[in-house]
Amino acid sequence: MSRIAEVGITAYGAYVPMLRLSLGAISGGGRKAGSGSGERAVAYFDEDAVTMAVAAATACLEGIERSSVDGVLFASTSYPYREKQAASVIAKALDLRRDVAAADVAGSLRAGTNALRLAADAVRAGSARSVLVIASDCRLAAPRSAQEKSFGDGASAFLIGRDAVAATIEASHTISDEIIDVWRTETDPFVKSWEDRFVVEHGYMRNLREVIQALLSREKLAPRDFAKLVLYGPDARSHAAVAKACGFDSKTQLQPGLFGQLGNTGAAFAPMLLVAALEQAKPGDRLLVANYGDGADALALSIADPITKLWTRRGLRWHLERRVELDNYDKYLGMRNLQVSSSDRRAGQGVSATVHYRDRDEDISFHGHKCRRCGTEQFPLQRVCFQCFARDELEQIRLADRHGKLMAFTFDYFAGSPDPPLIVTTTEIDGGARVYLQMTDARAEEVKLDLPVELTFRKIHEYGGTPNYFWKCTPIRA
Amino acid sequence: MNPEAIRDKVAIVGMGCCKFGENWDQAPEDMIVEAAFEAYQDAGIEEPQKQIEAVFCGAVYPSKGTAEVADALKLYGRPVSMVTNYCATGTDAFRYGVFAIACGMYDTVLVVGFDKPKDRGISGPSAVTTGVRGLPMTPAGWFSLCAARYFETYGAGREDLARIAVKNHHNGTLAPKSMLKKEITVEEALAAPIISWPFGLYDCCAQSDGAAAAILTKRDLAKSFRDDPVYVKAVAIALAANPQADPSFDFLRWKPTVYAAEQAYKQAGIANPAKELDLAQVHDCFTLTELLTYEDLGLAEKGSAKEHIASGTFALDGELPVNTDGGLKTFGHPTGATGVRMLYENYKQLQGKAERRQVKNATLALSHNLGGAPQTCGIAIVGR
Repeated sequence: MSRIAEVGITAYGAYVPMLRLSLGAISGGGRKAGSGSGERAVAYFDEDAVTMAVAAATACLEGIERSSVDGVLFASTSYPYREKQAASVIAKALDLRRDVAAADVAGSLRAGTNALRLAADAVRAGSARSVLVIASDCRLAAPRSAQEKSFGDGASAFLIGRDAVAATIEASHTISDEIIDVWRTETDPFVKSWEDRFVVEHGYMRNLREVIQALLSREKLAPRDFAKLVLYGPDARSHAAVAKACGFDSKTQLQPGLFGQLGNTGAAFAPMLLVAALEQAKPGDRLLVANYGDGADALALSIADPITKLWTRRGLRWHLERRVELDNYDKYLGMRNLQVSSSDRRAGQGVSATVHYRDRDEDISFHGHKCRRCGTEQFPLQRVCFQCFARDELEQIRLADRHGKLMAFTFDYFAGSPDPPLIVTTTEIDGGARVYLQMTDARAEEVKLDLPVELTFRKIHEYGGTPNYFWKCTPIRA
Repeated sequence: MNPEAIRDKVAIVGMGCCKFGENWDQAPEDMIVEAAFEAYQDAGIEEPQKQIEAVFCGAVYPSKGTAEVADALKLYGRPVSMVTNYCATGTDAFRYGVFAIACGMYDTVLVVGFDKPKDRGISGPSAVTTGVRGLPMTPAGWFSLCAARYFETYGAGREDLARIAVKNHHNGTLAPKSMLKKEITVEEALAAPIISWPFGLYDCCAQSDGAAAAILTKRDLAKSFRDDPVYVKAVAIALAANPQADPSFDFLRWKPTVYAAEQAYKQAGIANPAKELDLAQVHDCFTLTELLTYEDLGLAEKGSAKEHIASGTFALDGELPVNTDGGLKTFGHPTGATGVRMLYENYKQLQGKAERRQVKNATLALSHNLGGAPQTCGIAIVGR
């Protein structure tokens, strides 16, 4: 039985890094960016699939009680670790409950919709009321390759539940297919792929036509019943070709693929286009989501009234408008550790896992302390209050969702950064706690005393070859 | 607490200091021997094995610890201790030596401050930690954090900092044991590459290797060593909350200096430091540190440092010369040695032996270190 009544998307969010690299710069237009040939989103040097996931999920959870989240599924093909769960870091950064069911869904471009279906099944089965599904990818392509031009970095997040459902999952269908089209083994640094025409014809088009037609015929639905087809696509031409082959009008019904604008965000690509569709959908609309990767998934969604309450959050539109051009291809290579530079961010013995363990509440959840006796807020966690010296009277408070202002700053050219200067601040978080924070996604010219900032989860460094996460501040973008 | 417990009870009767610099061909032991034997000779000590009863050392990057000093000088069969207290390490080692004499247990002790950071193969200080949050971090990044707010509040700027660097570079050309002997101009300082705003290259002191030593004895015995001993008036250490986390910090001063100065002036019986002190060696790890220290020590009114810099109050020929030997700016900063090196300069000045750097009629001199994020300050006041 395929019908999953009354279960669906109750909230969504997205994240696209601020930087855009022009495709002209990649194809050899020299060090400087070219123009007119389109662009792609690229993660900053302190971002990866995990930090982008936290940002997208934070947007998704806006106004939602964190303790109501029963599960978190993280879908990606570009985990920073080969062994170690990413969902656990994300759950900790989001301050989800200790007994949250956390899992990674990996290995396939289809991981995002795999996870959506798993979440919907869990809610439908009653083992969870609310499951967070996050898809995020920061896939590495060989420098100057065609893939480097077509990929993009980004994340999207959905909350799947049964209360105030904005997009009910009416039906779904899935097929599994064995084909070596796009892959990356344990030792490959870059994504590889087989010849384009083979991949498109025998992998992409064949599987998607099959899954879409199967769903339509089983549910007795026709293309005209859908306002939008939200479709994964490796390029604009094949994208339009699948829509047409399945009977959709590629001009009016196909959700635009943002080719040359965002780029193919991998496991987060179809989910990202779904966020775009949800931002435009109206109650009563029906969406068909079709995703590809080692088979295909199709989901029929029906939009309901609660969608209108979600439109204010940071989705794809907000992030596409917030863009800064990266003017230098070499800088991009440095940010992905693809260029030999004097500041090797991976050198050193690394961070003590024991210290990391003790500091998780501060470093990952970004908890500060509030003194129960005098009310003073402070960071990091103290045994003895800075202000009234009370011992062990401090309660943990989550600082990550608050804003703050710059008390002090400097531009450090000596610290070793792929994009100097490192902007170093002491930030006062609303409430009074002072935190020594790096600033990211900012230009030196805009930094000034008392500048309002928000907080973002980033890699602070990669000593010892592992991503070491902490929070940074960033100017508040309207 | 009895703030007068040590005043004038302890005398410095000998001091030594090796040449500071990138001493590639010297081991820590070589520098320790040079500093200690100069101090022995200065004090007229011919039999250190019999006369030195205890040793207090300070180092931040020791390779072996106390044995480095004991082995270098073959001072065995007596206490040899080592302290570390960030950049105030040398001053703190001196402080333990002072207490050891003042309590009456020993007649004569040796204080040795040393460090050999240039053996680590990196330029600049290390920034090693096991935790996540602190990295990457640099002392320039820490010490510059007051700049924006101080500049905005009091109208000072990079030019004022540059003038401090120019002054200290000049003084350093007159000090035989300094590392840098090069005059610079304000324009050169302002045009240098930025290390961490507002600090350009010339706003930062270098790292160097060095060692300095002092022989301390009780007041009653001082004249048996020499006619012109120097007496300890005060020696204070104070810590303050990490300014990066302190919820009440105003980014207009460094609290450790304010705290330590209050203690030190009480110990020495000083009511008006700007009038009573004849000269000072202060911690110019960065030019802004020296600027804030003028005010934090009460040598200048809050916010007035800029005017004093312009009028030359703290120049060698000014009313209150500061960093007469060129400071950390020209000696570099072998952390454990610095506080003792400053005492060496004050000691020579008070004895009238500072040659071309001599401050006329100097009777009371202060030395100051500020270290950590910064969180600790050490102050010593000595006089004739």
